[in-house]
Amino acid sequence: MGVDNPLGDNIITASLDSLVNWSRKSSIWPMTFGLACCAIEMMATGASHNDLDRFGIIFRASPRQADCIIIAGTVTKKMLPVIKTVYEQMPEPKWVVAMGACACSGGIFDTYSVVQGIDEALPVDVYIPGCPPRPEALLFGLMKLQDKIMSERNSFGSTIGLGERYIPEAA
Amino acid sequence: MANKETMTVNMGPQHPSTHGVLRLVIELDGEIIEKVTPHIGYLHRGVEKLSEHRTYHQTIPLTDRLDYLAPMSNNLGYVLAVEKLLGLQIPERAETVRVILAELTRLKSHLVWIACHALDIGAMTVFIYAFREREKIMELYEKISGARMTSNYFRVGGLSSDVYPGFEKDVQEIIDTFPGYIDTYEGLLTKNTIWLQRTIGNGIISAEDAIDAGITGPALRGSGVDWDLRRDNPYTGYEKYSFKVPVGEKCDTFDRYKVRLIEMREAIKIVSQALKNLKPGPILADAPQVVYPSKESTYNSIEGLIHHFKIASEGFPVPEGEVYQGVEAPKGELGYYIVSDGGNKPYRMRVRPPSFVNLSAIEKMAKGAMIADLVAVIGTLDIVLGEIDR
Repeated sequence: MGVDNPLGDNIITASLDSLVNWSRKSSIWPMTFGLACCAIEMMATGASHNDLDRFGIIFRASPRQADCIIIAGTVTKKMLPVIKTVYEQMPEPKWVVAMGACACSGGIFDTYSVVQGIDEALPVDVYIPGCPPRPEALLFGLMKLQDKIMSERNSFGSTIGLGERYIPEAA
Repeated sequence: MANKETMTVNMGPQHPSTHGVLRLVIELDGEIIEKVTPHIGYLHRGVEKLSEHRTYHQTIPLTDRLDYLAPMSNNLGYVLAVEKLLGLQIPERAETVRVILAELTRLKSHLVWIACHALDIGAMTVFIYAFREREKIMELYEKISGARMTSNYFRVGGLSSDVYPGFEKDVQEIIDTFPGYIDTYEGLLTKNTIWLQRTIGNGIISAEDAIDAGITGPALRGSGVDWDLRRDNPYTGYEKYSFKVPVGEKCDTFDRYKVRLIEMREAIKIVSQALKNLKPGPILADAPQVVYPSKESTYNSIEGLIHHFKIASEGFPVPEGEVYQGVEAPKGELGYYIVSDGGNKPYRMRVRPPSFVNLSAIEKMAKGAMIADLVAVIGTLDIVLGEIDR
């Protein structure tokens, strides 16, 4: 290994970035923000059968305590300003998951009142298709988000004010 | 005289216990609610307008997404309305399957109600249990229609396909196990001091006021009005089943809770009667103009293929006229009012959602209560914003 291990296996060497990324991906706290049908599947995912807690994912009711927002449902033009406000209230770093066809693209509701995809307003990290997506799909999407968080660079440096967080383009 | 000032507080649309995106503007005198004004429209998706541009069959998936906790009841109301307009006679097997699924949907919707209502008042265990059991009904849904929530299973004239082999066994398992689960919820709540203190005397609305406000469903029966469309205006063969209609006395949240629990038990009874009634037979009405040909003829004959293609692409014409059909959805009277101009699309479809009308009573129910009790009132009304805003 090239590094002396005077304390045996009791220590792990890692870069600070990986340590920070690992802590962040293991405790994603999403904002509870159910908009429509997908919110029920989101609740079902959080409940006993699928149990999101085992990923360290605990729903928070306040944007100030959350670092991820799952847009679960149809976003209407009346709702959009509220979502933007909530997103802005969340502290950095923060991630956005678009859950379901409506949040990804407006879905079947191509009407005067519906925003055709939340990516018109927020930077989406993970898109989950489905109407509504199965709990397994949401779990997979959140695992993809974890992979994305793990691939981030300079996560420690940006926290102490040295440069920006760098996210490599997805392969 | 002391100067009396009220404080205006905004609750929602982003609030964990407003069941979606309801916004309430509350005027408070200290902690006492003077006035509650619901603001809706945060989930307005234009379902009624969309339906004017789709054929009668293509509108069915839209109805799934109105009350997304009870998709099959929504499908049922819609197809019944169209069938009434067409004057179709539905085969007995299809009707029986519809009754079984409508009652299982009632069970499923009430499970979400008890889960969220209890969670809002602080009993988290019930939420965990109720969602565990709900998963069993979802699995049945998935086996039967391919989707866990948005089932889109009923068709104008019958069902999209026959039930799978082993359906009876799965339903029987639900009939056998669910009474025990309901006992569990009752054990957790009915004698729980906190639950009693939060629900008894909360959200009182007299029978007269409830009728004046147009409330329907368990919320109306909790106020002592004996009215249930399944019994008083039967549809899809409900007159063949015997069941009790539970009625409350004290008009408060606790009575509505009891009414809904008894309703869940009665739903299981109806399902078990219907299961005994389930006999082999056709699942689609004898109306080649409206229903799809069998898959066998679609795949093996050119006439069948053309027939299928014609209905899929053009839809079917519905005679000119207008119709109203109400069904007893889990939340109350769900009505579809359809106007046809003789074409293959509804000229106008209007949905009478139970939640929308029930919500209008919130002001009466919450006035004079503490602000913390407002959460219990929202829970007991069992609203779904999807069908309020449509």
